[in-house]
Amino acid sequence: MLSEIAEAGLAAAKLQLREPQSELKRCKRASCTAYNFIDIIQLRPPTIAFPTLSFVSVTPVAASHLLLSRPSTSHTRTRSSNGTGYDLSNSIFSPDGRNFQVEYAVKAVENGGTSVGIRCKDGVVLALEKLVTSKLLKKDANKRIMTVDQNIGIVSSGLQPDGKHLVSRARDEASQWRSIYKAPIPTSSLANRLGQYVQMHTVTNAVRPFGISAIIGGFDSELDLPVDGQVGSGPASGSGGRTQGAKQGGPYLYMLEPSGLYWGYYGAAAGKGRQAAKAELEKLKLGAGEDDWISLEEGVKEAARIIYVAHEDSKDKEFELEMTWVSNATGPTKGRHEHVPKDLLEEAERLAQKALDGDDDEEEEKMQE
Amino acid sequence: MNHFPQSWGRPRDDVYGAYDHSHFGHGQPISHTQSPIVTGTSVLGIKYKDGVVLAADNLASYGSLARFTDVKRLRKFNVNAVVGFGGDVSDMQYLDRLLQSLRIEQEYQQPSSTLTSPPPPASEAPSAAPTTEAERQAKSQLSAKNLHTYLSKVMYKRRSDFNPLWNALLVGGLDDSGAPFLAAADLLGTTFSAPTLATGFGAHLAQPILRRHVPDEAASKELTRDKAVEIIRECMKVLFYRDARSMDNYSIAVIGRGEKEGVTLMENEKLENQSWAFAEGIKGYGTQVV
Repeated sequence: MLSEIAEAGLAAAKLQLREPQSELKRCKRASCTAYNFIDIIQLRPPTIAFPTLSFVSVTPVAASHLLLSRPSTSHTRTRSSNGTGYDLSNSIFSPDGRNFQVEYAVKAVENGGTSVGIRCKDGVVLALEKLVTSKLLKKDANKRIMTVDQNIGIVSSGLQPDGKHLVSRARDEASQWRSIYKAPIPTSSLANRLGQYVQMHTVTNAVRPFGISAIIGGFDSELDLPVDGQVGSGPASGSGGRTQGAKQGGPYLYMLEPSGLYWGYYGAAAGKGRQAAKAELEKLKLGAGEDDWISLEEGVKEAARIIYVAHEDSKDKEFELEMTWVSNATGPTKGRHEHVPKDLLEEAERLAQKALDGDDDEEEEKMQE
Repeated sequence: MNHFPQSWGRPRDDVYGAYDHSHFGHGQPISHTQSPIVTGTSVLGIKYKDGVVLAADNLASYGSLARFTDVKRLRKFNVNAVVGFGGDVSDMQYLDRLLQSLRIEQEYQQPSSTLTSPPPPASEAPSAAPTTEAERQAKSQLSAKNLHTYLSKVMYKRRSDFNPLWNALLVGGLDDSGAPFLAAADLLGTTFSAPTLATGFGAHLAQPILRRHVPDEAASKELTRDKAVEIIRECMKVLFYRDARSMDNYSIAVIGRGEKEGVTLMENEKLENQSWAFAEGIKGYGTQVV
């Protein structure tokens, strides 16, 4: 009798065990396939022409994320019963067609320092509010706005390492482009390729979305550039296959979001202070249709001011302004993306500070009245 | 090395007999440039007290046809270095693109702010620190010596793959300490350095003249910029007289420090003061007098 009870108990225990065991197996299988998947995609040679499956470098971070999140599959069983749980895994559509993981990535962006891009008549300015987390950080070191090829800059708000990863991909794309077309990549094509790459991180649960919004600004040369490695001048007479009088190049600005969505902008802002920054950007004269479209130098000063305005909400924290610009071939940067020279940066910061103080004074006056 | 680029890298026929291709059998390694097609001839280089002068003519030959007369074979890398290319022109274009991507990647390492930030206050700057904007820029970029090391490794790798880049290169400019630097690298990965250097036909005809003016390092430390350019022009003239694959349009590059720092590249020079008048008096091949 006793042994019967014991046997029954054992059977019950086995029955209970069965679920977790099969769960474990499933986990193992899943992680195995995940490893294979990562192996496969890492072995793939970098795609060259159309980055339809440009899935070359999945970060180890993504793999560990997968392994960590897997054991919680038991939660997903509640999914069908009460309608929640659609946010536990990337690439899963909720019943109303949303990818919650991407929306959570947007939250990471909203916590980051404000970044701003302004498209001016003769160039583009990028600016970043860099919060100083410690007095032990060296001033002016730790640059975060980075160059792609020679004429494009990328600034991002959100998770810093994701930004670096994106820039590294952008540099690969730019060099691939050069190896095929023997010329620098147009800003629009770079934005497109990065858009595809970021979007690819929303279509599988083996990776997580990018925790950044990136602002991509560049100046495509308006000159007839020689082909890379060109050693002669081609035909001495005739157009040499070029369209005579065709206008080309100009300033370009794009903003790319964690979903892979990107648009061209007159002025763009991301990060914590984006609302204030957008309100300021909307007041500026931007765009080809306007007669007094702001110049690059004005753009630098406005960008500095906007970063200062956007910082008002977190006044208690120290910050450092980082700013880069790119002009046309005859402008101050000679078509290259560079950090704004120190004297101009300091001048812009002084004016920004002054504008802020002026606003404060006005408010105080009003209060007194 | 002689002036026939197609025989570079092969055992000499006059010493070893005609090359027997059957040694390879059927399983040949993949190799692209097995013989040069469109070629450039000599490159000359000379060190003077404040820098280096390089020269090469603007011709790219297709066999004995002077096919392309507007080919610039001196390529500026940065403010410190210029590369002169002899040999196959398609391989030269490949190397030029390789250097372009190297330059872009170098700039990723080197944030632009260090190039544009104002000089440190005079009191803080030690005497050895760069003082002018150009010098600061030069310090932050690859030197000619770095570039030569890179190129020679590329050349040696390719020859070790039985897939050489069919070129003879001269790298001229300034080394890390700002001193003049001149060195050669070729399709075998062979490298050497001297106060004067010449590739191809120039090694036979120009090098003796260059050495007469500059026999050793000490002599090159005495040489002025103008004198160096003059010697090079003289050599280019001799090469035009004697080299059937040369042309009278040429390029000169001067990479200097001091007052005239940086790279001066003159790409459309023309030979002057050629001496042909004596030809009037030459008649027949022996006994003929009219």
